[in-house]
This record gives sequence, structure tokens and C-alpha cells, in this order.
Amino acid sequence: MTVLAGLLALIGALLMVIAGIGLLRMPDFYTRMQAAAKAGTLGILLIVAATGLLLGNLSALLHALLVSLFFLLTTPLAAHLLGRAAYLSGIRPLVHEDDLAGQYHQKTHELRSVPHSAPPDRAEALLE
Amino acid sequence: MSERLIGFSGVSPLIALSMLLLTVGLVLALVRVVRGPTIPDRVIALDFMASLVVGLLLLLGATLELLSIVDIAIVLALIAFLSTVAFASLIERRTREP
Repeated sequence: MTVLAGLLALIGALLMVIAGIGLLRMPDFYTRMQAAAKAGTLGILLIVAATGLLLGNLSALLHALLVSLFFLLTTPLAAHLLGRAAYLSGIRPLVHEDDLAGQYHQKTHELRSVPHSAPPDRAEALLE
Repeated sequence: MSERLIGFSGVSPLIALSMLLLTVGLVLALVRVVRGPTIPDRVIALDFMASLVVGLLLLLGATLELLSIVDIAIVLALIAFLSTVAFASLIERRTREP
């Protein structure tokens, strides 16, 4: 059991280091953000599982469940909010064609959700 | 080896190696915090550093068999999430026209 928990912790720590390398080496803000958010979440979940296995009693397992639920809920939320704030503050992703350009309202920051393929009159009706 | 790493005997070498790797990740994220060209870069790197410290605390709690350290890790994760959300709303509000 100790060896299994140690292996889980080692894999989790390796994932965290890979996320750190991605945070350092990726070309623009959005790729850095997804590296830290996704690989970081999986790494911390594996470390939490290792902790629960190492401590072994019911209370520790419940704590581990709580921590993993918390991370699963909060990390995507924080990354999404930060990505939205970064896009609205003018950081552009490193792509050829920015599909989000002009989709945010200038003043209210509302995102209009009209598909590109909709005909113009239908788009106007959807926006009303 | 592991006794000299964290000064506590009876720790599994795999756990000690994991803690060492987490510290390496901490250094990598710190470089991004210092270099980051924009503020959101720094914020996401700080958030990642907080989750690395949470991982370190969890492994420390498992090594010392102290469940209260896991509680400290939960509180730290909560504070990191709240601060990231606050920073995001600050960055967004700064660009919105009044």
C-alpha cells in the first residue's frame, strides 16, 4: 500500500513539474493557462489520492474526497474567469483567425452567442 | 538519503522524491511570476504555486501522520481560489468603461 501511494504521489509530482515546464515554455497566455490548469489539476488529484492511501483511516479518506472535490470544482472556474478577464483586457491568443473578435459587447462585456452561419436577419432577431 | 532531505526518519523515498519534484515546479512557476509579460500570466503562475504548496502540505501531512496539516492545505486552497477570482474580477473591471 505504501509503495502504491508513493507511486501515485510520484506520478502526480511529475505531472506538476510538467505543468510547470509548460507554464514556462508555452508561447502565449492561453496555452500557459491550460497547461497549469489541466496538468496541475490531475497532479494534485493524484497527490490527494496518495495522501488518503498513506493515512489510511476513514477521516483521512473523507478529507481526501473533500480536497479532490474542491479542486475539481474550483480550478476550471478560476482558469475560465482569468481567461475571460485576459481576453477582455486585450490579450489576443496566438492564432491565425480570432473567432471571438467583436463578439463581446464593448461596454457591458456580454458575449453574444449567435453562430457565424446564421443569416444576418436571423442574427439580428437573436440579438434583440 | 530521505532522512537528510526532510530531516525525518521513516519517510518513504518515493514521497521524498515527490516533494523534491514539487519544489522544482515551485521554482519554475516562480520564474514565470518574475518574467510574465502580463498580469494574468503572473496571477495564473501564483495560483499554480499555491496548488504546488498544497501538494507539499498534503505529502508532509501524510509523512508526519498529522491530519491537521491536511486541514491547513484545504484552507490554503480556498484562499488561493478566492484571491484568483478577485484578481480576475479586478483585471476585468479595470478595462470596463464606467
